[in-house]
Amino acid sequence: MSTDQNQVAADAKPMIDIVGLNKWFGAFHVLREINLSVAPQERIVICGPSGSGKSTLIRCINRLEEHQEGSIVVDGTALTHDLKNIDAIRREVGMVFQQFNLFPHLTVLENCTLGPIWVRKTPKDEAEKIAMELLERVKIPEQANKYPGQLSGGQQQRVAIARSLCMKPNIMLFDEPTSALDPEMIKEVLDVMVDLAQTGMTMIVVTHEMGFASQVADRVIFMDAGQIVEQNTPDEFFNNPQSDRTKLFLSQILSH
Amino acid sequence: MTTQPFFRQQSELLAERPPPAATSGVIGWVRANLFSGWLSTILTLLGVYMLWLLIPGLLDWAFFDADFHGDDRFACTSSGACWAWFDQRINQFLYGFYPSEQTWRVNVALALLIPALAPILFDKMPGAKHLRWFSLTYPVVATFLLIGGVGLEEVPTHKFGGFMLNVTVGLAGIVLSLPIGIVLALGRRSRMPIVRVLSLAFIEIFRGVPLITLLFVAAILLPMFLPPSFSLDLVVRVIVVVTAFASAYMAEVIRGGLQAVPRGQYEAASALGLGYWKTMGLIVLPQALKISIPGIVNTFIGLFKDTTLVIVIGLFDVLNIGRTMIANPDWLGLAVETQVFISLFFFVVCFSMSRYSVVLEQRLDTSNS
Repeated sequence: MSTDQNQVAADAKPMIDIVGLNKWFGAFHVLREINLSVAPQERIVICGPSGSGKSTLIRCINRLEEHQEGSIVVDGTALTHDLKNIDAIRREVGMVFQQFNLFPHLTVLENCTLGPIWVRKTPKDEAEKIAMELLERVKIPEQANKYPGQLSGGQQQRVAIARSLCMKPNIMLFDEPTSALDPEMIKEVLDVMVDLAQTGMTMIVVTHEMGFASQVADRVIFMDAGQIVEQNTPDEFFNNPQSDRTKLFLSQILSH
Repeated sequence: MTTQPFFRQQSELLAERPPPAATSGVIGWVRANLFSGWLSTILTLLGVYMLWLLIPGLLDWAFFDADFHGDDRFACTSSGACWAWFDQRINQFLYGFYPSEQTWRVNVALALLIPALAPILFDKMPGAKHLRWFSLTYPVVATFLLIGGVGLEEVPTHKFGGFMLNVTVGLAGIVLSLPIGIVLALGRRSRMPIVRVLSLAFIEIFRGVPLITLLFVAAILLPMFLPPSFSLDLVVRVIVVVTAFASAYMAEVIRGGLQAVPRGQYEAASALGLGYWKTMGLIVLPQALKISIPGIVNTFIGLFKDTTLVIVIGLFDVLNIGRTMIANPDWLGLAVETQVFISLFFFVVCFSMSRYSVVLEQRLDTSNS
């Protein structure tokens, strides 16, 4: 399984380094001995059946979930109980959620400037300028003064991406960003993500969009029962899956 | 072309057209809401008949057959209401025993309430930002005007009475109970056990005891425990108790709002790097308070009407003034007139709060405007 890409990832100073990660929800062992190293600018797609722990894994990276064993180091900062470290990591790591989670009481522009103004202490004018640039990039600058409730799902998710990018993160986490969207809106969100991948952003994407995975990912990770079952380049992963579990999963999601 | 019954081809998309006349406009509304069937037609006619019976009699009693002038109740000779007490007693109803040559101060305080409240109630008003500084200083200004000192003749609070006392206690309670309620609601959901237990204890104690009991404690019990040098003014003690009581209710109302804010909102705020207070202040509370508006206004209205309970500790609020007046031989037995007058006052104030809350809810509605 040691492809060139993995070799590169191992050589460079990793952006994210997860060693021996274990997590339980009550008595349920949701993540088991996860080891994962992500190189700068690497694009990783995580897939796997529902309940396999993929969302939990990326939510551990910015401490939306607390892990019990193992270590997570993000861009040189260790994730511990130290609130300072958690805050520092959250400033560097952007996250996009399945349910968008835009702030409904704020306009699109206010959603985008809130983080920079209150966390990064960016002056309001500058924050708005950056926000408009990023809204331009996700192709909805004309919606800047509307409220999230007035937008379609696809537009909301693009705003959510712009909102994260406004914080100038080094790493972007995507937690099933297209799973709550109508089919006709999935493409507009994926287009934005492909565009983002081309800028060299480090990305971890939990998704079932296999087209996106083969087009963009450096590495595809398959998780099942809380562990990483298989990881490989997209070509190898789709054309030459190793484990039976992966073969079954791929046959199920690619069968229609 | 196929002959299948389900299949019908449409050559072009249909253009928009206005709804049929019978379902819109005044006639449409009347037809849909008042005469939509034989049952609703009967009920509508019955309702009109009841109004026809009630309203003329009410108007006769209150205006056409009423007496408006006279020195005592014997001047009222007609069959309607007796409003003759108005000339003599209205100042007492409004100001209690506030010195009559000083009542302008109460009026000024009330008039200043308008520029103090306006920038808070209507935040899109021009100049609202600057006027809000005045809103912040208003409590000090109003207290100075009412109590006096430094150049103004001092008026002890036991001279406060009438509507002025209800408004003072009610307003102070409303202004204080909202922020205290917010703090208690957040405290009750805190991860720190001590904060949580203290908040819970405060809420349960003040919510679980009748307000009358609390007023007795404030009026009689507290002075017995506290050293004489620490004697708080009675009206201040009443405000403290009323505020604590309303805050406990307020906390639960707001907690309901907090629980209605989805988890995803907290997570999105955390993911952006916002800490606890910024998450609460910028993301969660604005949404929770909006959801809680009906309950908050409900509590405000309840609090305002509860100010009449100060009658039990001998304060002369408007209800007590009215009660005293109708015990006077000159005006004996005018219970209906005074109660109607007092009720009207409370209704106008409470109904205004209710209407404002509707306007506010519409203004804050961002779902699809």
